[in-house]
Amino acid sequence: MSTEVKKTDTGQLLSKAGNPLEAPAEHGARVPDLTRYLGTPVENPDPRTLPGGQGDLWAAGGENVPLYDENGRLLNKDLPEWDRGHFCDQKPEVAKPYRGIWEDFLNWARSQSLWILGFGTGCGAIELRPLMTSRFDMYQYGVQARPTPRQSGLFVIGGYASVKTMKRIVRSYEQMQGPKFVLGLGSCTINGGMYWDSYNTVNRLDHYIPVDVYIAGCMPRPEALLAGINQLKEQIREGKGEGANLYAENFDWYKANQKRIIKDWNMPDYNW
Amino acid sequence: MNQELFNRLALRFGITEVHQQRDDQIFITADQADAVALITHLKHIEGFRHLSFFTAVDRIEEGKFDLKYMLHSYGLKLDLCVTIPVDREKAKADSIHHLWPAAVTYEQELFEMFGIDFPGSPRVGKNFILEGWEDLPPMRRDFDTRKYSEEVYYERPGRVTHEPREHMRKELYPSEAEKW
Repeated sequence: MSTEVKKTDTGQLLSKAGNPLEAPAEHGARVPDLTRYLGTPVENPDPRTLPGGQGDLWAAGGENVPLYDENGRLLNKDLPEWDRGHFCDQKPEVAKPYRGIWEDFLNWARSQSLWILGFGTGCGAIELRPLMTSRFDMYQYGVQARPTPRQSGLFVIGGYASVKTMKRIVRSYEQMQGPKFVLGLGSCTINGGMYWDSYNTVNRLDHYIPVDVYIAGCMPRPEALLAGINQLKEQIREGKGEGANLYAENFDWYKANQKRIIKDWNMPDYNW
Repeated sequence: MNQELFNRLALRFGITEVHQQRDDQIFITADQADAVALITHLKHIEGFRHLSFFTAVDRIEEGKFDLKYMLHSYGLKLDLCVTIPVDREKAKADSIHHLWPAAVTYEQELFEMFGIDFPGSPRVGKNFILEGWEDLPPMRRDFDTRKYSEEVYYERPGRVTHEPREHMRKELYPSEAEKW
């Protein structure tokens, strides 16, 4: 791949069409205060300050993979031509909030009905099962498990995400209906955990899908998971559960990251 | 040790080494030319009907891969590991998928993880775990997994590691550490 990247004088990266490319403004998840359970919370720096991060990124994937045609529709280049008509070619759009108290009411309602996608990724999925027992009883928090992404609003990434799983995570996440929230469970989603130098495990989940809350630990107990869910509910009620909009706003950035690691992209660019 | 068994094997095949690990676990090394004949003989005549696992060991210093066929005999209650050294450059071996269907998956994995080819095996070369992998096969010892991870994935700064030995030396037993 060529490493040619268009830049302005100030070092701003440009897309093919000449539009400035930026990392998400609010990029990176808010970390819940779990000091009660786990000690010091995890640092969560701005990814734009990482050494060499973004420039390398666009050189490696984003700049060289055209996503859109001239009308702004998704090209779905990696699908065979006969198959392209079967899939959506519209990129995700930002859903504007309603005004005032109505949005507050909706946020309250959303926070009270978090439905988990029953997709166990990594070893942390084992911590989801005790939640439905009488000891932890997630139903009292308005949480329940759903079998399909179409009915779910909360995606719990249960630990390490290998590249093969990442492809399924992206696909499931994009099929969920907004507003949707992601909860990173375990150290592996934060910085790779014990698999930090593995050839096959992503280190930072929030470079591939937006994450609302991280839960540190290896493994976190179900109580920590419930604390994370309650933290998420507070965020939603404050109107900060904007992961789906973040994804839509920075779609190019996320796609470039995803396509950089997922080499056999035999699915549409946006799985809806 | 089942001396008679090994006498019979040594008459027919080029066995270079026999090593008894435990009472019920024996490792033998054989030439690559005899590999499939030896394993077929072990399965159909000597009763080693169970393929426990089939994997490879990278002996990069000698330029060899060791293919390890772990067989088990229910009659003798004996594990027998057949080691077949294979040249590391252009590694290639005869397939045993006709003996055990499960070997198809092992051979698919060995091709992906070590780059050992098994001509004629039905799923060799198809995606197993690493979908669309373009680099060196990752289980080869000359593949630097840490370097690859640093190049491809994004590190989150602020990671601290405590090497257990160093941590104990400094924090827990500073007075006794000098004697170690």
